[in-house]
Parts: sequence; C-alpha cells; structure tokens
Amino acid sequence: MRYLPLADADRQEMLRTVGASSVDDLFVDVPAAARLPGKIEGLADHASELSVERQLTTLARQNMVAGEVPFFLGAGAYRHHVPASVDHIIQRGEFLTAYTPYQPEIAQGTLQVLFEFQTQVARLYGCDVANCSMYDGSTACWEAIVMARRITRRGKAVLSAGLHPHYVSVAETMARFTGDVLDLAPPALVAETDAERLLAQIDGETSCVVVQYPDILGRITDLTPIAEKAHAHGALLIAVVTEPVALGAIRSPGEMGADIVVGEGQSIGVGLNFGGPYVGLFACQEKFVRQMPGRLCGETVDAEGKRGFVLTLSTREQHIRREKATSNICTNSGLCALAFSVHMTLLGENGLRQLAEINHAKAVRASERLAKVPGVELVNESFFNEFTLKLTKEARPVIRTLAERGILGGVSLGRLYPGVDALQNGLVVAVTETVTDEDIEALADALQEILA
Amino acid sequence: MSINQSGWRPERPEGGDVAAIDTYTGNRALMLEEPLIFELGEENGTGVDFDPAPKAASRLGGLDRKRAIGLPGLSEPQAVRHYTRLSRQNYAIDLGLFPLGSCTMKHNPRLNERMARLPGFADIHPLQPIDTVQGAYALIHQLGEWLVKLTGMHSVAMSPKAGAHGELCGLLAIRSALEARGDAREVILVPESAHGTNPATAAFAGYRVENIPATERGRVDVAALKARLGPDVAGVMITNPNTCGLFEPDMIEISEAVHAAGGLVYCDGANFNAIVGRVRPGDLGIDAMHINLHKTFSTPHGGGGPGSGPVVFSEALTPFAPLPFVEKQGDHYALIEEETAGEHHGRTFGRMAAFNGQMGMFTRALSYILSHGADGLRQVSGDAVLNANYILRSLDDVLDAPFGASGPCMHEALFSDKDFEGGLSTLDLAKGLIDEGFHPMTMYFPLVVHGAMLVEPTETESKATLDQFIGALRHVAQRAKAGDQALKAAPVHAPRRRLDETLAARKPVLVYKEPEQAQAAE
Repeated sequence: MRYLPLADADRQEMLRTVGASSVDDLFVDVPAAARLPGKIEGLADHASELSVERQLTTLARQNMVAGEVPFFLGAGAYRHHVPASVDHIIQRGEFLTAYTPYQPEIAQGTLQVLFEFQTQVARLYGCDVANCSMYDGSTACWEAIVMARRITRRGKAVLSAGLHPHYVSVAETMARFTGDVLDLAPPALVAETDAERLLAQIDGETSCVVVQYPDILGRITDLTPIAEKAHAHGALLIAVVTEPVALGAIRSPGEMGADIVVGEGQSIGVGLNFGGPYVGLFACQEKFVRQMPGRLCGETVDAEGKRGFVLTLSTREQHIRREKATSNICTNSGLCALAFSVHMTLLGENGLRQLAEINHAKAVRASERLAKVPGVELVNESFFNEFTLKLTKEARPVIRTLAERGILGGVSLGRLYPGVDALQNGLVVAVTETVTDEDIEALADALQEILA
Repeated sequence: MSINQSGWRPERPEGGDVAAIDTYTGNRALMLEEPLIFELGEENGTGVDFDPAPKAASRLGGLDRKRAIGLPGLSEPQAVRHYTRLSRQNYAIDLGLFPLGSCTMKHNPRLNERMARLPGFADIHPLQPIDTVQGAYALIHQLGEWLVKLTGMHSVAMSPKAGAHGELCGLLAIRSALEARGDAREVILVPESAHGTNPATAAFAGYRVENIPATERGRVDVAALKARLGPDVAGVMITNPNTCGLFEPDMIEISEAVHAAGGLVYCDGANFNAIVGRVRPGDLGIDAMHINLHKTFSTPHGGGGPGSGPVVFSEALTPFAPLPFVEKQGDHYALIEEETAGEHHGRTFGRMAAFNGQMGMFTRALSYILSHGADGLRQVSGDAVLNANYILRSLDDVLDAPFGASGPCMHEALFSDKDFEGGLSTLDLAKGLIDEGFHPMTMYFPLVVHGAMLVEPTETESKATLDQFIGALRHVAQRAKAGDQALKAAPVHAPRRRLDETLAARKPVLVYKEPEQAQAAE
C-alpha cells in the first residue's frame, strides 16, 4: 500500500469530520445488491515493488526484442534510433505528470511545446497549420475523411490501393456507421495500375482522395496529378504519411497540392512499443482550420503584454459543441508529441536530411542484395526505406521460419491482406539506420536457404 | 551574458508596467523566460551525430526534396536546457495536489515507468510473428482478465486509444448488436450532466442525441428517462458515479427499464476509480463501459495524453466487440484478427485502430494493479471517497455545495460560486488558488451547476496536504465572498499573468512565422 499516504489514525479523524462511522458508510447510495462485502475473488493481494518487477520482467523476457536481432519490420511502425535525451526529457515529472493545459498560466511548458510541435508538423507536411496531435495515424486518417465530408458535403471517399490496410479497416469500420461510401481496391504488385485506377475513380461525388505516401508497398507516387484531378472535381486530396523520416528526402505532400495531410509520428521520438501509444499527426491548409478535429494551441498575450500560449478555437470541440462537435476527441497524444518534438529539435533540418539519406542508401543497398537471392524479385520502381519483395513461396511461413532462426525479416502481405491470393507471396522489408550490413547479409543468406 | 544564455530577451510591452520586467534578461532568478526553438535554433545546428551514409543510387522516383523544410536544430545541451526550462513553467502532480474533478490526477508510480521501458515491451513491433511476442500478449491478456473481474463483466476490448475512443467502441458494439437483430434504432439518450464526449460520440456513431434532465438532487431524472424510452431508443449513456460526484442509486432500475424497452446501457467509466474493488458495474446491469487507465490505474497523463480506454462488455455484446483480440488457447496466446475471427468473434464490428492498443499504458496499469492487488484497490476507492468527503465537509460552511445535502459524495466534491460578491466568479477563485501554489479544480463543469467547481483529491494525497489545500481554498473563498477585486488580477505569481483567450480565438496564431513573414501576412 506504498502509494496510499493515509494512516488509520488519519482515517478515523477524517471520518469524524465527515460524520460517518466507517468508510463503508460513504457508499450508502450504492444499492445493497451491488455492494461487495469483501475483496473481489480470484485476485491476489498487493505485492512489493520487487515482486511486481519480477513478474513483469518474466513476461518481457518471453518476447523477441527488435534491437537484439536482425530486424526489418515496418508497414506503419518503424524502428529508429532515439537519442537518450528524448527519454530523459519526457520523464521529467513536470511534463510526464501534467494534465491537459486547462490553466494556461501554469501550463506554459506544455503549451509552448505544443505550439512548437504544431509548427514543426506543419512545415514537415508543407501545410499552413497543424493540431496538437491525434491518437495515431489510422484514427487521424479517418478523422480527415470525416473532415472532408464536412467541407465538401459529399460522402464518397476514394482510397488508394496503397493505403495501409489497417487504416482502410478503420475507415471501413467507421464508414459502416456514418454512411460514408468508400471506393477502394487491394493493391496490385505493379505501381502503374494502381495510380491509373485511382485517377479514374475521382468524380463529382468524391469528397476526398486518400493516398499514402510512400505507400504500403513502399512506392512513392507523384501526388500532383491526383491533386489536380481531385480539385477539378471539387474534391480534397488527403495524403497519409506513415514514415515521417521519408519527408527528409522527398517532397512534402503540401507542396504537391494536398489539402489535408495526416500520418503517424511514431518514427520520430516515440519507439515501437508494440503498437502504441503512438502519435497521430494532422495538418491542413489555413482555410480549413475551423473544420479541424482535436486540440489546437494558439499564441496570445497575458495581462502584462508578455507572449503566452493557450488552447484555442474550442468552439469546435465536444465540451462546448457536444453532439455538433467536429470530433469526439478530447485529448491528444501529448507526451508522444513532446517526444516527437524533442527528437525533431535535436535532428534539425540537417539531421533529418542526413537521417533520411542514410535510411534510403541502406535500403537501396539492401534491395540490391536481396534481389540477387534466387527466388526473390524486387517489386518497386521507387521507394524510400521500405520496399516489397515477391517471393517464389508464400511469405507468411517464410517469415515464421526466419523468426525461428532469430531474424525478424519483414511483414508478409499475407498477414496484412489475408483474403487476397495475389499478394500472399509479398514481403515488405523496411531498412532503417539501425540495420547493419551484417543484418542484411544474415537475411539474404537465410532467405536463400529457405527459398531453395 | 547572464542567466538567459540564449541571449533572447522578451520585448518590453509598449507602455506597459516597467516594473513588470525589472531585469535585463527578462528572467526573474529561477523563473526563466524561454524563446521558441525557431528563435533559438540555427539553420545548420544539430544535436545528433550520424555515421556517414553508404554510397547508393537514388530510387526516390524523381521526387527528391528541393526546398528546405524550415526545421531549426539545437545541440544537445541547448535542447536539454530548452525543454528543462519549459518544464519549470508547468504544474504537475509531482509538484503538488492536482484537484481536477473528473480528470483524476493521482500519483504516477515510477516503477510503472521502468516496467514500460523494458525492451521486451518497448522494443517490439506490432506485426511481429505471434510466437515471438507471447509475453506481450500474455500481459495484455492478464490485464484484460483483471479488468473483467474488477468490473464483473464478460469480456474486454483492449484496442481503444482513449476514453472517448472507448465510448465510440461501446456504441458501435451496441449499434452492431441492434442491427444484428434487425432493429435499427436512431436515438441515444444522454443525461445533461454527461461529459461532452458522450453526445459527440453518439453523433459520431451515427445516432441522434436527446438529453435527459437532472433532478434537484444531482441525479438522472429517472421518470423523465423512463418516459422517453421506446422502440426508437438504442440506448442510454450514463456516467456513474456521475459528474456531480454522486452515485446513481437507481442504476439497476434504469438498466432494467432500458433493457425492457429493447435498448442497451452504456456506462461512462471515467469515474470507476471511486468504486473499484467495491462495486462491479456488471452487477448494475451495464452492457458496455470504458475504463480510463490513467484515471483508475495511474498511467501518467503527459500534459494531455496518451490515454487508453479498454471497454468491458456484457455477454450480450461480446460477439460484436472490435478486433484484434487476444485469446488464450491452452498455453499459447493467439491474436484474433480478421481471418481468424471464427464463430466466437464472427460478428465483430471491425477494427478501430491500426495496431494492438496502448501497450505502454497496459504495462503501467498492470504494474499498478499488481502493486495494489485486490485488497489495495479496495483501499484505493475507500481513501479516494474519504478524501473527497473530507474536503466537502471541511468547506461547506464557506462554499456553496449544491448537493451537499444529498448525502456523501463519491470521489469528488462539487461547489459553486453562488455566494461570491462584487462580480467575482469561479474563474477568479481558480486563478487565486494558483497564487497559493495549487492547481485549480475543474471549473464550470458539470454544466448543470452554475459556476461549478469540481474538486477531486484522489487517494494519493495525505491528510496534511488536504488540510493545507482546505486552508488555502477557505482563504480564497472568503476573499471572493468579500468581493476582493484584487482576485480579478490573479494570478500574479505564475509564469504568466491572465492570458487573453479571446484574442487567441479571434486572431488565431497556430504556428510560428519568421518576423518578416508574419509582417507580410498582416
């Protein structure tokens, strides 16, 4: 009970002030039928710090740790090196244990970080404004589709075949209830057919076109013609970026005409964490700002004229607008946004460019090496740090065999698209700065043996 | 250069109070002014060294970036100092009592942080082969079992990313269940005292929202609710304990009435911390409830998140719960996804988020639950409720307590600004509390009480801290009742004086612009 400071003597004295004879008496409003007389059965009593540490460490040891093996998984979550100072900063109690900045005079630390974060995200995406962050990339993507519906008053979203299938699943789940129509198809293992289909699907009923950049197979598509066609039909272009490091090497979606850009910020500062918490990034052009979901931080002045920051434009939000709000979201991924922002500040323009260069160069070399393995074909014309291989065998069992040999060799398209026969031999391989030449050799050798 | 090593100097306000900035740097001893990274950073600065990139051809599809992004870089010492300085402008639970009602700010044990950072949890990928992450799935499963037992429900969905996301999860399951029996209903009933997320969530799930009034005793008007039930009502969303800090004593009766009318009951479990270990929502007839792990199980709030909102379900709703799902099959943990959903989960409404959920939060929550155990969790709710009642009874002679006569409160105590004089309000009292060194309570919520102040001390505060807080609040309340106009100028001792929120909303400045850019935009 080390987290509970009241002593029994305190409790007795407080009960006297309250005018109750026992703590149980304070639960008088709970119907007797629903009141538990004793402890809940089947659960252990409290444990010491040492004991808890032992229990959790035992579970942790049963997992294959990415950093301890050759590791090539991506598909929406990437392993990058995070500088030590990032974790040090986010563990400061003043950041870690603060609440949403509802009292701005004593939350300027959090608020200034959010303002800096918004600026970093907007610039990275090539947009005018960004919000304080969303739950993750997939939920940000759906919120962008909803936002496009509000703006265009149309309900048909065209999803690119290269959009992460989990992001598509989230949109499908939600669309079933909101009545939005989603126009989509699984990807082909050839870039051109996907792009042509997408352009052909845009018409006068389209609210938005959603394109991932680089896409789930790692391909990089020029968004300009898509933006042009979308705009000509009164639709919006939503770009989805699951690997923000890529934007250190390639043009931003905003530059190419995207109206809303969303994505996952996990790559920068946050770490793999088995899928969460992550940080959804959300940016758009200025004219749409009042239709944005989520929290926004704005600059203002205090009573002495000093610069300060507050949460603003709250009339879009649920606590004011209730059922008419732009979204039901009432939080952001604050601490992950801080981690993103600190890492980005340490990188700076130069660091991000170098990091992107290293990722790309290593991925190119890995793709060349792996394509030499008999039974392996490189699908991509273009890519950043992730590409797709077509194997002569189904990829899922290959991945499992690789894991048995202590190599986490990538994500099989079979796991991502269980029902699509044409994709079962696809293997998505991500190569970041954490991958060594030895890792690549180990993967190539193992693949050669397994595919033989 | 003196303390402000960046050389940055805040502008003197025009015609302002010269004494307000009485040092050369703008700093005041340990209270340091801090510029933005965009004002500090140099174009080529960086705090990271890289190994050189290997030589390789470019395969970027001709889309190489041409323009600079405009990201400043700081060296590591500059960056550490920047963020450390900013951190000192924040109030946090590590600094003192954080009595935000309905937000539940309790101590964050550091063991939980250490456990969440074990590489076996922090450095694993969501799409790793299932066999390589058995320990992680075991953890998710173990936490889920605790949540099911503590709530007396049938199953749990772990993937919702926050409380409001959990609300959505619950409503989508309700809608799926109704549709599965061919019963398309359109309306969700939401009591007036609900969190704003409730009606927003119902609307997001495609429902029309109708409000149910509160009684004078701060509870749901059961008669009004029953009168509204009918074949078009899909369900009700009820917060229990409610946002007035009171338990809904008629909850079983409400659930029975809703079920009899063919609807389902969603409970906003944001206040589960008040009853954990003592009352199981399943025994109240609830069909779905989300649990904010940060509130009941102490995962840190991080200045706004991340949250985590697992949802527990009754047996009726279990088949409709979202994917993915962790299932124990013998000694093995399986991840139930689209293709493996089978009969048991075959009626799922689908996927709510890309991956497994908030693993980092699960680790912290399980550490906390194991630390407290069944006996400790019962003590948690007992102490939380005792602390709240102690505050209520220690202050109801100086502050109006609108439901003070309704019996004991649960984990939070509700007051109002009814007796303040001279145009002073809840806001002024809150800012006065800042000068006393406390974070203010929740203001103007719930909406059913004019000038509401909702105080939630939680179980991790000592009696001495509560006594000091009560003394401070008593002092400021007496000033407010005396119409002391000096309160209008509060806070005077915070890093900033009162901030102009109207200006921020009227002329939104949401990103930094270089001075020349900002001028051009005028």
